[in-house]
Amino acid sequence: MFESFDINFVIFGIMPYVALTVFLVGSIARYERDPFTWKSSSSQLLRRKQLIWGSILFHVGILTVFFGHLVGLFTPVWVLDALGVPYGLKQWMAVLIGGPAGLAALIGGSMLIHRRLTDPRIRATSTTLDILIMILIWMQLAIGLLTITQSLQHMDGAEMIRFMEWSQSVVTWNINAWVTVVDVHWLFKLHIFLGLIITMLFPFTRLVHIWSGFAAPFRYLLGRSGYQIVRSRRRRPLEERRRAFDARKGVTGPKSSTPAE
Amino acid sequence: MKVRAQIGKVLNLDKCIGCHTCSVTCKNVWTTREGVEYAWFNNVETKPGTGYPTDWENQKRWNGGWVRSASGKLHPKQGAKWRILANIFANPSMPEIDDYYEPFDFDYDHLKSAPDMQAFPTARPRSKITGERMEKIEKGPNWEEILGGEFAKRSADYNFDKVQKDIYGEYENTFMMYLPRLCEHCLNPTCSASCPSGAIYKREEDGIVLIDQEKCRGWRMCISGCPYKKVYYNWDTGKSEKCTFCYPRIESGQPTVCSETCVGRIRYLGVILYDADKIEAAASAERETDLYGAQLDVFLDPNDPDVIAAARRDGVPEDWIEAAKISPVWKMAMDWKVAFPLHPEYRTLPMVWYIPPLSPIQNAAQAGQIAMSDQMPDVRSLRIPVQYLANMLTAGDEEPIVHALERMSAMRLYMRALTVDGVRDEGIAARVGMSGRMIEDMYKIMAIADYEDRFAIPTAHREQNEAGADIRGGCGFTDGNGCSDGESGKTGLFGGKKKSFALPLESF
Repeated sequence: MFESFDINFVIFGIMPYVALTVFLVGSIARYERDPFTWKSSSSQLLRRKQLIWGSILFHVGILTVFFGHLVGLFTPVWVLDALGVPYGLKQWMAVLIGGPAGLAALIGGSMLIHRRLTDPRIRATSTTLDILIMILIWMQLAIGLLTITQSLQHMDGAEMIRFMEWSQSVVTWNINAWVTVVDVHWLFKLHIFLGLIITMLFPFTRLVHIWSGFAAPFRYLLGRSGYQIVRSRRRRPLEERRRAFDARKGVTGPKSSTPAE
Repeated sequence: MKVRAQIGKVLNLDKCIGCHTCSVTCKNVWTTREGVEYAWFNNVETKPGTGYPTDWENQKRWNGGWVRSASGKLHPKQGAKWRILANIFANPSMPEIDDYYEPFDFDYDHLKSAPDMQAFPTARPRSKITGERMEKIEKGPNWEEILGGEFAKRSADYNFDKVQKDIYGEYENTFMMYLPRLCEHCLNPTCSASCPSGAIYKREEDGIVLIDQEKCRGWRMCISGCPYKKVYYNWDTGKSEKCTFCYPRIESGQPTVCSETCVGRIRYLGVILYDADKIEAAASAERETDLYGAQLDVFLDPNDPDVIAAARRDGVPEDWIEAAKISPVWKMAMDWKVAFPLHPEYRTLPMVWYIPPLSPIQNAAQAGQIAMSDQMPDVRSLRIPVQYLANMLTAGDEEPIVHALERMSAMRLYMRALTVDGVRDEGIAARVGMSGRMIEDMYKIMAIADYEDRFAIPTAHREQNEAGADIRGGCGFTDGNGCSDGESGKTGLFGGKKKSFALPLESF
């Protein structure tokens, strides 16, 4: 059976499931077991220089790219057909939006890496994983931008449709998903492979703050009506305590010397 | 009416000697860990000066506190919720560590380990962040101690607003006071309002404002939100930390560490009952000078039968109501009106209040001809300008400060007459709207300041709050995850230190 072994099957057929499992189980385990380590690990306090521009460019760029991938890869092809979106148009949109956004993220990322490696304060307080993940993301951005050179050679969108099919097959448990990407350009393959590696490292690095970043707007804007938070350690909420008090007040007769509970 | 209780605090600046015992004991208990060496939950500043972190009072620069919009609604000065979220990648209003100071230690070991040298070995400063030699120390936690540094720099002090400050740079006219600062445990805290994670909260039972270390994500908005700059970012754990009001001590009826160790006996702790329904309206008062009065209106009289009934109904324990009746904080803030909130114009309704200091008569050479009104020195001719104190404590309104200083000088005059001449001069008391009895009580609490008069702290009612069986075998007070010690080493799977679980002892 080993003569028919194909590395593509391992990377594009099996690895996505391993990566997603590690990503999800790891995130849940860390949130549950070690919430104290769940943080953005900001270094703004130690050095403001290069962070303001670097961080904003990086984050805005990479979020655009992230949502571009999410919508671009996971919108079913029949939806595109139903809406009458030509594949070529989608390919152009991907290049025109993703290109500048990726470039912004790469510039921001370069500033952040430079700051992290050369500033003595930031260097001294960085963990190995902080540096590794930043370099991996930088490489991923660079490779992603390089794939545009390939995309520009087939702007009909056919290649892109294959990646859509692959992603959608993976999440719909199609074990043969890997076949769709087996003969694409190696830059694309490397991009996917590195993406899966980053996904696997996610729960063990500061990247977990992405979960919180996505949750924050919902919690802050929708989940909290006013501004303030008051926590009570009393077992019953105020209204219930008041009702119980009023009920007790209503009782006539000798006072019980033992508590009601 | 929604009655809640808070342990409030008053600091009598008239007696602060600037010994820093509060800061040092606080540091030894709370912030000797890596990542917060630069943080002082309690610090003492010499005023006039720009303070720590530098220029913290200047909210044009740091955007702390609240602003009232034209419609009368409040939002944090750094922006409403969406604006705060938009700054999440980089917070433009956050100070850098150099605005506090770069933490350092001296290389003492070199004194012992230096080889035979021609020159005597010295202990040179090294950064606590990088470990590198620091050629020059630019700043420290108390850089302007006893008016250190040029007046030109110190006079950037925000409280000089509307004061002709140039003459105070002259040696003959200079003045000085101490300002010990800690978290204000505000009724309307901007730190908690600014936190996108909802990690900062005020406790219903005792009003202490805390940061949930497991929910904090390090978005850093509390640091810029707090106008007093009393939330600190721990660069090692990546979480924010602040004064906890020593809640494990408060819960067991003990004063905070800073109060317990205060050599000058200037710190007072006591229960204040307040109406939580009035907070928003009070903080939104239109004119800044009305904020002090508006906050007084939030407080509830513990001797009023209606308040007592409402307090019982809302679950305030009986001993807390009793403690509120003898609260020194209530007496100084409400009965005598000698204590004031620090910078009420930030609209946070702070709960650590200050008694303004008396000071010598402006020009000793003219001591014979000083302005006297009814045998009492005119408090406006004291060395510390009233406007300066008013800018600090009443948003610039001089009248309440004058009133308080007059009562304090009347107390001295009255007690002098009593102890020297043996006369109870009710006339002195009446001139400041008090009675001899009140003044003697004021003297007992503010001047003698016995331990039991300074602190009236009821214990927490744990029987109402927690199930004993559930916490059996727990770790008590810890920082960080459950039983971990709060230090994030580099050993665990997720970057945290491995936990050592303590097994419960058999106690059958």
